[in-house]
Amino acid sequence: MIAYLPQLMSGLLVTLMLMLASAGAGLLLAILMTLGSYSDKWLIRKIIEAIVFFIRGTPLLVQIFLIYYGMGQFAWIRDSFLWFLLREPMSCAIIALSLNSACYTTVILQGAIQSVPRNEIAATEAIGMRKWLAFRRIIFPRAFRIAIPAYSNEVIMILKGTSLASTITLLDIMGMTQRLIGETYQTVEFYLIAAGIYLVLNGIITSIFAVLQKWSAIPQKD
Amino acid sequence: MQLNGFYLQILSGTLVTIKLALCAAVFGMAVGLIAASLESIPNRWLRYVAASFIFIIRGLPEILVLFFIYFGAAAILSHLLDHYVDISSFAAGVIALGLIFGAYASQVFRGAFLAIDVGQIEAGKAMGFGRVQILTRIQLPQAWRHAIPGLGNLWLVLLKDTAIVTLIGLSDMMNEAKLAASTTHEPFTFYFIAAVIYLLITSVSQKIINVFTHHANRYI
Repeated sequence: MIAYLPQLMSGLLVTLMLMLASAGAGLLLAILMTLGSYSDKWLIRKIIEAIVFFIRGTPLLVQIFLIYYGMGQFAWIRDSFLWFLLREPMSCAIIALSLNSACYTTVILQGAIQSVPRNEIAATEAIGMRKWLAFRRIIFPRAFRIAIPAYSNEVIMILKGTSLASTITLLDIMGMTQRLIGETYQTVEFYLIAAGIYLVLNGIITSIFAVLQKWSAIPQKD
Repeated sequence: MQLNGFYLQILSGTLVTIKLALCAAVFGMAVGLIAASLESIPNRWLRYVAASFIFIIRGLPEILVLFFIYFGAAAILSHLLDHYVDISSFAAGVIALGLIFGAYASQVFRGAFLAIDVGQIEAGKAMGFGRVQILTRIQLPQAWRHAIPGLGNLWLVLLKDTAIVTLIGLSDMMNEAKLAASTTHEPFTFYFIAAVIYLLITSVSQKIINVFTHHANRYI
């Protein structure tokens, strides 16, 4: 088993890369989409609502296939500058995963903003804070704390989602495991190793968010 | 847009997807109830077993659980029984998706039972109800009300997770879409059709869940 360590490590690296890139891009996109869903423009709100509805209602696997296999159907995409992104499985997987995560995170953030106590928002208006200032200083930090537990689950969902990248030929942990099983026929052993790696990654993510939650908690007076 | 007669295949695939999801949900409910009751039994070891089952299943990617059951369990059984054992892809899908559903459902059930005020159970005792009567007359009807929204969400997640069984060769909707896509060289068209069908199924499910929720809360 030790002999296969380098291959498993390279698989781990691909999984981590997919996860970090998708989580980062997804969070950024989610913040933009959340801001957009409070826009004054009816069209922007409706478009964001439609995207979230579509992505949350369809399987991630379909989304990955739509982007990786589907986009090649159109000649104008194959001729455009986007093609160098859409023909690589890595960038397709990152696009699909970050879009997917962005939509789920948008819902989490919207829920968190909804649950910021009304009287605190009223207080910002009472002392004459502008909308953006109130959002930056009061609403966002409050919503951030409320969103942490749900967002930590979302990051674990991203980690689990990265395994689907193996279906479009990427050699992440799952893809590498499949290949090694094909070479060695040691089915159970390699699946157990992969399971162990995923569980350890889970534990790391959970403890990072536990630290984050402690760090961001409002200090309580005794 | 020409569907070239593929719509019948996709329709039959849709039925397979729905059948798979229903079977997995029923199996998953049983798993969830067992895991939830093991977790609430005062025996420490049983609790550990249930808790680690839930932790492991919730932490693993769905395709790993599915592949482990389809390829791994078949390998273990073949080894033990000394002859080649083949698990059907439908059965593997039901077991894998059911285990995943059950691991999450157990948390929903536990929360639903904990949400019932202790006073209700005490009142039952004061009225001279037996343990079974308290469970069936007081706890279950109220727990059901608390469990519906959570179970509804899990059902929606399950419907979307069924897409992965296409990877072990079950002719579900996704597989039919894949076949049509590779035959016609129109992958976008057919994967988009698959996506729309998933959207339809989840939207209709959402409506039904709302009716259930409404019905369960009708006296409140």
